[in-house]
Amino acid sequence: MALVSVKDLHKSFGDLEVLKGIDLEIESGEVVAVIGRSGSGKSTFLRCLNQLEQHDWGTIHLADQRLDGTAMSPGELSQNVGIVFQSFNLFPHKTVVENVMLAPLVVKQTPRAEARKIAEEVLDKVGMLEKIDAYPAQLSGGQQQRVAIARALAMDPKVLLCDEVTSALDPELVGEVLLVLESLAKEGMTLILVTHEMKFARDVSHRVVFMHQGRIHESGDPQTLFTQPKTPELAQFIASVL
Amino acid sequence: MTLDFSTLLPYSGVIIEGLVTTLWLTVVTTFAGIALAIVVAYVRDLESGIMSRLLGGYVEVVRNTPFIVQLFFLFFGLPALGIPISAPVAALVAMVLNLGAYTAEILRAGIDSTARGQHEAARALGLSRLQSYRHVVLVPAFSRVYPSLISQCIIVMLGSAVVSQISVFDLTYAANFIQSRNFRGFEVYLVVTLIYLLLAVGMRRSFELVGRRLFAFRQGGSA
Ligand SMILES: Nc1ncnc2c1ncn2[C@@H]1O[C@H](COP(=O)(O)OP(=O)(O)O)[C@@H](O)[C@H]1O
Ligand SMILES: [Mg+2]
Repeated sequence: MALVSVKDLHKSFGDLEVLKGIDLEIESGEVVAVIGRSGSGKSTFLRCLNQLEQHDWGTIHLADQRLDGTAMSPGELSQNVGIVFQSFNLFPHKTVVENVMLAPLVVKQTPRAEARKIAEEVLDKVGMLEKIDAYPAQLSGGQQQRVAIARALAMDPKVLLCDEVTSALDPELVGEVLLVLESLAKEGMTLILVTHEMKFARDVSHRVVFMHQGRIHESGDPQTLFTQPKTPELAQFIASVL
Repeated sequence: MTLDFSTLLPYSGVIIEGLVTTLWLTVVTTFAGIALAIVVAYVRDLESGIMSRLLGGYVEVVRNTPFIVQLFFLFFGLPALGIPISAPVAALVAMVLNLGAYTAEILRAGIDSTARGQHEAARALGLSRLQSYRHVVLVPAFSRVYPSLISQCIIVMLGSAVVSQISVFDLTYAANFIQSRNFRGFEVYLVVTLIYLLLAVGMRRSFELVGRRLFAFRQGGSA
């Protein structure tokens, strides 16, 4: 049974229909790369998956549980689906460890000592243990993004969504973040990544989904998809980004 | 005219008593007023409905009427309605309501400039609106408007001179009292002016010291 199951997802902003019926099933441990032109609805799709946007039509299931509508409280949702944003969005007034501990403490009511232990574990995972007491302003973009990943992991989500998490980074800092994602993938974390890093999509993901004008236009395993695109739109897109 | 400050000496106890009153009024008002502002800003910004509108009305009334009239209303008006209130309590309540209203507006400016990404990160982590306000929004918002907040608190401290009008024994009341006894207006008001000046400077310094600790995160540099 699929871990994530999306059926006929529709979303409009006013008159603009951004998602025009998305169907997608994702297995546990699968790494799915979502690619497509700017404006094709990739972010909106991810944001519907953790209900930062409410969709207009369709259903989202996580395992056998309905995730959308009022089926899950925000607290439950955050323990099922984590998200990392392009712009990090760390809390500037909290140190690295405080950023990571906040949600476990406040949302999960984890005892402080245990929350601290969890924070150290996930920070170790992203290689940020030495900067545990630094403030975000004292970190490079790559380091901030790794902390943001740790912060999401601290809630122990079943799925991690990543929305162009390297797009705001200086080129020399992209690698360290991709390495962290790659190690998560190897550990069996279920990942849904919107990315412009085609090499990463090809090498790390199990499946690539090409979105075009609010629909999944084409999807498949990375090798086939990149080398033998079936639709002219995908061929054009690949040509434009490679 | 010759200056003679020795005529003030017998009244040093009076000045100290007035100073103590002004001080405690200021300290309690600062804490209670900011606390009130935190609540009012939350309800006005993040909730809708009747409470939000009521508090909006409160803020507008305070900001569009003279402080002395607010004070008289509490001190003379409430007893007329059968609610007894002592002069110091009326003074304190008026000051807290005044600082609370102005500070709520100042704080809202800081809250409004919170980046959307901060709200979204908090929501995605499962924080409720109130939790997000308390743990994510509030401190950075305060840090952005801190200079205005300091000035507002000082304005209210200086404005507290008005409470002498309802016979609260504050610093200004002490000055009036002494002046009416020794007729040494220049000396008395010069001294009291200097004390207010020192209070204002001292308040600003203390706020800045607290701010440096509270908002340490704003200083970049390497860890
Ligand atoms: N909150 C919003 N309100 C109105 N329009 C939006 C909103 N968010 C996204 N859109 C529009 O939806 C379309 C898809 O956006 P998005 O999902 O961000 O695409 P992508 O991530 O693929 O670049 C764009 O035309 C964008 O302008
Ligand atoms: Mg996007």
